[in-house]
This record gives sequence, structure tokens and C-alpha cells, in this order.
Amino acid sequence: MSNLTISPSPHVHSADSVKRNMYGVIIALLPALAASVWFFGTGALCVLLTSIVSCIVIEFLIQKFILKVPTTISDGSAAVTGLILAFNLPSNLPIWIIIIGAVVAIGIGKMTFGGLGQNIANPAILGRVFLLVSFPVQMTSWPVPGAIDGSTGPTPLGLMKEGLRSGKSVSEIIDKLPSNVDMLMGQMGGSLGEVAAICLLIGFAFLLIRRIITWHIPVTILATMAIFSGILNLYDPEAYATPLFHILTGGALLGAIFMATDYATSPMTPKGMIVYGIGIGLITILIRTFGAYPEGMSFAILIMNVATPLINKYCKPKRFGEVAK
Amino acid sequence: MLKTFSIGGIHPAENKLSAGTAIQRLPIPSEVMIPLSQHIGAPAQPIVAVGDTVLTGQLIAQANGFVSANVHSSVSGKVTKIEEYTDGNGYKKTAIVIAVDGDEWDPSVDRSPGIKRDISLTPEEIVNKIGEMGIVGMGGATFPAKVKLSVKPGQCQVLIINGVECEPYLTADHQLMVEKGDEILIGIKVLMKALQVDKAIIGIENNKRDAIDHLSKLAASYPGISVQALKLKYPQGGEKQLIDACTGRQVASGALPISVGAVVQNIGTAYAIYEAVQKNKPLIERVVCVTGKPLQRPSNFIVRIGTPIRTVIEATGGIPADYGKVIGGGPMMGRALTNLEVPVIKGTSGILLMSKAESKRGEVSNCIRCAKCVSACPMGLEPYLISRLSEKLMWDECEVNKIADCIECGSCNYTCPSNRPLLDYIRMGKAKVMGIMRARAAAAKAAAESAQKQ
Repeated sequence: MSNLTISPSPHVHSADSVKRNMYGVIIALLPALAASVWFFGTGALCVLLTSIVSCIVIEFLIQKFILKVPTTISDGSAAVTGLILAFNLPSNLPIWIIIIGAVVAIGIGKMTFGGLGQNIANPAILGRVFLLVSFPVQMTSWPVPGAIDGSTGPTPLGLMKEGLRSGKSVSEIIDKLPSNVDMLMGQMGGSLGEVAAICLLIGFAFLLIRRIITWHIPVTILATMAIFSGILNLYDPEAYATPLFHILTGGALLGAIFMATDYATSPMTPKGMIVYGIGIGLITILIRTFGAYPEGMSFAILIMNVATPLINKYCKPKRFGEVAK
Repeated sequence: MLKTFSIGGIHPAENKLSAGTAIQRLPIPSEVMIPLSQHIGAPAQPIVAVGDTVLTGQLIAQANGFVSANVHSSVSGKVTKIEEYTDGNGYKKTAIVIAVDGDEWDPSVDRSPGIKRDISLTPEEIVNKIGEMGIVGMGGATFPAKVKLSVKPGQCQVLIINGVECEPYLTADHQLMVEKGDEILIGIKVLMKALQVDKAIIGIENNKRDAIDHLSKLAASYPGISVQALKLKYPQGGEKQLIDACTGRQVASGALPISVGAVVQNIGTAYAIYEAVQKNKPLIERVVCVTGKPLQRPSNFIVRIGTPIRTVIEATGGIPADYGKVIGGGPMMGRALTNLEVPVIKGTSGILLMSKAESKRGEVSNCIRCAKCVSACPMGLEPYLISRLSEKLMWDECEVNKIADCIECGSCNYTCPSNRPLLDYIRMGKAKVMGIMRARAAAAKAAAESAQKQ
């Protein structure tokens, strides 16, 4: 009698894996990582290392000692969370605050819901928002890239908000801001990952080529932001900033490409992804323009994260043979 | 221009190891085992007894009902047993075992070498002949061919011939198209006459350029038949997908192809129909692709029905040392066989061996909700969702989310980065939900009938 393996079809597999996707995201973030170290020096390196190591260690400890399940740290997802969390922080943030952020991100954001794929909100954003409301001073003093004296300053979005609030017009404020080209290349104050737009776009291209994500979410977010802010800008150019300014600042690209596209917390169908992207784009501009915070991407993503199950319920794929209504 | 179906699909590695290998005739074995159930529907009724002498091509078991098929002897010799055996899927089935003695054919079979082009039978006679000769769908589904052809005149607007062979590894249809082009085209003409339709499209994927060129050239002298080259994408050979690719029409959920005016037959079926109608030859042999990385010489054989699978594998240069799984059919939809003593049957389009390493499934991890299964599904379903609903035994929700539309192509499993057994659960849920739907329909019918009586 032969010993044959019996299993239901299919008998072949694409060899795609969780690891391939997670490490793919890490590779896509490398250009931005290099840029952040270039701009912010050892401070950036320190934040990155602390954040990544603490996310991995916390996941390990929780799985090993609290949940008592096999550890999954090698799948790369904890490293991705750590990396994205670091990209949302200023390079001079004290180490202990970073560790608190990692505990919230992995411990509360991810493991309480059952780990990989089960979380409701993006863990890195949850960690970041927790730090932002808990340590507002430390979280908003942004080192200026290349400043030797370690001087800090507000981000372009912060300057814009402050200026508009004190009654200045957009054209007056624009003079004090870095040029669009500088912002594209990263010459502005900000968190680690939001400063080098061009590097983030390279990462986006990589993700698309490797089919790790689809275009739907990032493109819809950015298009919605551009259209909405464009309408406002046309209505009154002196009171509302230009679309390009909105897209190049405040982590719009980092959020749209790397944070909103988090698998577990974004919708499952193209239709759903578009609804989700429009939601994020609208809420971001609403918060930036009319809200108290200068920056709205993180909050917008969090809000749409929790709306995702609802979107999944109503946005079904186009079924084969279904007559268009 | 290359066409393809509109929703989902995947691109598995082709691995057409036996492509271009000429079809070889396998010697007749010393004993054949011919199962009574080689088709979908009721098993055939044996009409021979132990001790009877039979000829090659002689009817040995009769179709038992409308959805059933005749079974013929593939060899000449003596019936030694009519007994139960365990088939490749582990089910108990009945088979007629015949000890081979020479190869004496039933005299009614036309064994002349020439091609017979004139179609003398009337449409009705053709359909009956196809039933009489025990022809079933040769792509693997083994649905009795006669049933699909029993349509009202004018109902069918286009005949679609499936030359896609989208399963990785398999090359039987490909090689048949290259070697038996004229016979296939005459077979298609026969089908067109039976269906009273003047248009036929042969759909072939673009990885078989030689077959496309060859059949296109030949088709020039067969009015009404055209060849449509298709973009490479699995599961293009799915009936609904192929109709969509060739005509742009989508068959609705739960409906049959005839609802959009189409009838689909496989290339192998067209060839078998040529032999049945023009040469009066029953379905007693077929082309089998024997392939897989462990084999020395992956080959295309023409094999008598009932030949043990072990014999067929041995003919490729011996049973390899390292094999973990033997699959009847292709790697996407084929079934893993329980043993090598089972016979080749009408639906055996391929025999695929996998090494022990290839036979293992990957380790399963959490669903990461990457939505790749949703993009892959050719039916526009949400595999992650319906497999989870099925796992939780939530049948109503399964039905609402169209689990019954699943064609079990395996694209979701293939794609899943977490190696989740999506299709295992979906298959279970689909069977359950279809049972519930049938029971409900039967109850509704009974209620309507009793209301009518009152």
C-alpha cells in the first residue's frame, strides 16, 4: 500500500506569503528611511531603532508570557508597525515616550484584538495619536532638517494654521514656508517619514509593481484632498492653501501610501477602497482647515478604520453575471 | 485581439512539461477495470455477466436514465469479475473487470484510416448516436454530452469549443488540437448540425500558438467556425468564464449557459464525437497527459479506458522514487488519488505526480485581510468572508453572499499569502447551502402542488 498524500484541490500555491508582503513594505520604506537619517542624523536612527525594537520585543513578550502562543515576530508585521510609528515621530523624541508609543501600538492596538489581521485600527496610528494627545509639547517640536544647533520649529502645516489664525493671508504666510520643490525633496520641518515626498513616491511605485497594494486607496485619498482643497482655494485663495501644499505636507503621502493601506484595517473591495479613500481625504482637509489640529491625516485614517467593517458590509464586489442596476 | 474573462483570475506557473510531445499509443494491458460510473449521474446497468466474451467497442453497460451514459468494453476478452472497488476518491464503486485476449473489434466500428467528412445523420440521429456511444464531457467534468445537446432548435446561438486547457501541466487537448485538427473540426460541424447553429468559436489560450495557427488555417475551409485566441489567465476553461471571454455574455447566478444562447463542449469531446458519429466508435480510449516534475519523460498517451494508472505512469520511464501525491487532472482542480491501482476513466485528462516536498501544504497563519482572494475570485465573491461564514456554520449568511456561485477553481487558495484553506471551507458550505436550497425548492413545489389540488 502506498503512502500517498491526500488533500483537496488546489495542489499548488502562489508562494506569496505574509512575510513577502511585510518585508516588501519594509523595502518600500527604505528610501524614506535613508532620507530621514540623512536629514535628521543620529536622532532619526535612534528613534527608528527604539521604535522597531520595542514593537518586536513587546509583541514577543505578550505572545510568550501573556497569551502563551507561538510567536509571530518573524513575519515582519511588528517591524512594519515600529517603522511606521517611528516615521510619525519627531527625531528628538525621548526614548521612554517612544516605548510608551510602542506599547500602545502593539499591546493595545494589535494584540488585544488577536494579533495580526484582527485589529480594528492601524496600530502605528493608534500609538502615534496616543502620544500626540498625551505629550503634545514633545510631539510637536519638530527639528529642522540639517540644523546643527538642534533648533526646532513648526511644520509647514503648523505655520499655515498659526498664520491663518492670527489673521494673515495665505500669500503672506507662503513667503515664510519652504518652496514646493524643497518640500518635495524634504527640506522642511516634520516627522521622520513625512519629510521626503519623493522617497515615499518611490516606495509607492515599488508596492504597486510587487502587487502588495493596489492604487485605489492612495490615489483616491490624494485626489479627494486635491479636489476638496482646490475648491476651497478657488473660493478664496487668501484663506485656503493650495492643493499641492496639502499633498506635500503633514504626512499626506506617508498616510495615503503606507498607513491607510494597512491590510487589516482597510476595505476588501475596490469599491470599498474608493469610499474609504474619499472619506479619509475629506476628513483630512476638514480637520486641517476647520479643526483645532494643523494635521488631520492620522485622525482621518483612524475614523475610516473603524468605518471599514461597515464599508465591507455594503460595498460588495461586482458578482459574475449580475445585471447592472 | 486577445480576449479574456472580465472578473478576477490568476496566473499560476504553466509547467507544461509535456508540451509538444507527440501522442503515443500505450500497449493494451493484460487486464482492464471498467467502472460503471465514469460520469455525472446514475451508474450504468451492466448487460454482461461473468464468463461472457466481449469485443472491443461492445456495449457492456447501459445508461440508466436521462443523466447517465453507456459504457463499452475497451478491449476484447473475457469478463472475469463484476465487483466493488475503491475508486481514486476513496468511494466504493462497481466495475467490470475484463481479462484481455487479443484485440478483436466489434464489426460495427469503422476502423478505416481515412477521414470521413460527410455528415449523413440528421440532428436527432446525431444526438442519439452521441448518447449511444457513451460520450461524456472530456474536460474532466464528465457530464453526459447528450444532455447538453438536447436543446430546442433556435435556442442555441453559438457553440463554444473549449480548447483553453488552463490547468497548469496538462497538454492533452493541446496535443490533440495539433495532431487531429481536421477530425476536431468535423466533430464541431457534427455538433453544429445537432444544435442547428451556424456559428462556432474555438477558444484557445495564447500559450498554444501552434494550435491556434493550425486550427485557424484549417478552419478557413469550415464555414461558421472561427478560432479565438485568448489572453492567458486561469480559470479561463471554466464554462462561464469561457463564454464571457468569447462572447462578452455573462451567465447569471444559478443559470445554465443556454440562457445566453451558448453551449460549451471540450476539444476532447469534439474529437470523441467525430469518432462516435462519423466512425461509429464508442468512447473506449482517450488522450491522457502524464506529467509532473518527478517523472523522467512527461508524455501524452492515448490510453484504453480501464488501464491501471500505475501502468500509465510506468510508461513514462518508471515509477519515480520520490512522489508524494498523484493527482487525477490538473493541479488546480484535480483530485488527489488514494491509490495507483485505479483505472483511467473517461474523465481522466491528466495524471500529475508531485514530489513529497511539493505535496505539502504551507503553514496556515491569520488572515491578514489583504483582499487578494477578492481580486482573484473569477465569480466576484469574497472568499475570505464566505470561508469564515462556512467555518462558523452560518449557512444563511453564506447563501446571501452567493456561496453557491463558487466554481471551486481554487484561485483564492492559490493566492492566499497566509495559506488559508479557503476553498476547503467554501466547498463544505457550498454543499450544505445547495442542499438547503434544493430542499426549499422541493418543499415549495410540493406546497404549490397541494394548493393546486384543493
